[in-house]
Amino acid sequence: MNPLLINFAYIIASIMFVVGIKMLGSAKSARRGNLISSLGMLLAVVVTLFDAGLNYSWIVGGLLVGSAIGFLAARLVKMTAMPEMVALFNGFGGAASMLVGWAEWNRVAGESFTGSVGVPVEFTISVIALAVIIGGVTLSGSVQAWGKLSGKLGSKAVVLPGQTLINAALLFGAAGLGALLAVGPDIGLTPGLMNVLFIVMVILSLVLGVFGVLPIGGGDMPVVIALLNSLSGLAAAAAGFVILNNVLIVAGCLVGCSGLILTLIMCKAMNRSLANVLFSGFGASGSSSGAKVEGEMKAGSIDSAYFVLEAASSVVIIPGYGMAVAQAQHAVHELGELLEANGTDVKYAIHPVAGRMPGHMNVLLAEADVPYEQLVEMDDINPLMPTVDVAIVIGANDVVNPAAADDPSSPIYGMPIINAHEARTVFALKRGQGAGFSGIVNQLYFLEKTRMLYGDAKATVSGLVNQFKESD
Amino acid sequence: MDLIQLLFIFTLAAFLGYELIKRVPSQLHTPLMSGSNAISGITIVGAILAVRVGAGGFDLILGVLALVLATINVVGGYFVTDRMLAMFRDKEGR
Repeated sequence: MNPLLINFAYIIASIMFVVGIKMLGSAKSARRGNLISSLGMLLAVVVTLFDAGLNYSWIVGGLLVGSAIGFLAARLVKMTAMPEMVALFNGFGGAASMLVGWAEWNRVAGESFTGSVGVPVEFTISVIALAVIIGGVTLSGSVQAWGKLSGKLGSKAVVLPGQTLINAALLFGAAGLGALLAVGPDIGLTPGLMNVLFIVMVILSLVLGVFGVLPIGGGDMPVVIALLNSLSGLAAAAAGFVILNNVLIVAGCLVGCSGLILTLIMCKAMNRSLANVLFSGFGASGSSSGAKVEGEMKAGSIDSAYFVLEAASSVVIIPGYGMAVAQAQHAVHELGELLEANGTDVKYAIHPVAGRMPGHMNVLLAEADVPYEQLVEMDDINPLMPTVDVAIVIGANDVVNPAAADDPSSPIYGMPIINAHEARTVFALKRGQGAGFSGIVNQLYFLEKTRMLYGDAKATVSGLVNQFKESD
Repeated sequence: MDLIQLLFIFTLAAFLGYELIKRVPSQLHTPLMSGSNAISGITIVGAILAVRVGAGGFDLILGVLALVLATINVVGGYFVTDRMLAMFRDKEGR
């Protein structure tokens, strides 16, 4: 096919990606937006198949195998396992970009580093190095994030002695090798040596991904997932510079940008810098405790909670990771519906970093059929909290800890929280008396108006649901 | 294509991406991320171009592996996003 025609089709595909992302920004149009974006991808793939000299039997085979695996994985995954699924897909995208860079490296090396037509070979090698390094970090970082999220690896932050130094050495090592390779043909490195250096660079980037994600645990995972998402886009854009293809550059750059913005939004939601999230190993030691908390936690019973809820005119439910672990979302929605039928105004307050993925709680509640109008963002619900009769905290801890607002010695001081402590009564559903992910004691649990409902969140909520049903 | 032109495209796409995303409500962050993740599978185009007639042995393995992984990313990403979005519905829509 005429290259002009192919590039024209790539422009149309790019426009479809832009429109698709734009429509993903509103709940009403999001599904159509995703469809448009996928049709853009189909268009890009189809016109690429018209390029001369392709090995079709392998391509069709690869497309079929990849489609079958992707389709089955997407259909079979449980909604609660969504964060690790997204993380793993991310890693595959990064890996693909790395391998495209690697294949192109072999081509350039096979032609004794003469470079592509019209482009200096130094440039080609530089962008190959970029695609390989970013793609490699994305791959190994994502695989580790997948392991942490799915519980196959411990989700705790692990901080090695000299962690930051090791990471810096790996990063500069990989980047330095990339730079050395770029000038390699000019300074007369032999092709054999160039190949060895290239392989070392691949290995360094993979190790960097592992070490980069190692010191990040639990509640910081939404930031990492968003950052890896951004990297997978940048890897694709770098691969686009390698093969001089505009649709890779545009689409990769869009993803790189969106991931970066999400990353910064997540950091802001925790009032921490990206560097702090990446390097501090937050929650690794759990030694930081902040001010001493006076008083005792008062356990409540399902019976007494039922009577309070039955009389409440407004209830705000605040879900956290504990709800996901207990898979309590369906029971929670059932409770919400019974409360509504009882004349109570029910809302769900969503903290931006509750869970393990940006917007994790929204997906779980959507799975349980909670209408999205009832999901209220932190900034919108907080002004209403003093008028709320009952706040039900389900497996959330740090995102409702008042120490963030009023204890300057607390490690989470300054982090925006949902002001559960301003509600007239608080029920906190929790498995035990331990502290949350950050290792900080939560003052909320010691307030006069707070009752702890210990046990598995799903069992507790189901107990409340049964009370409501029996009273009918 | 001219290098400067590609850099030009890259810069404009960066600004466009920023403008597109910054106003998205946090409720939609997961599908947005998963959807844009599927788009990052655009590297599938590079993977297809890497599987050429005449490429054999290790080069063929690299290309086909890239193609399979990118395809998983694309197909899986779009389907999983669609599955999530199908659950986001308003009260009247049920």
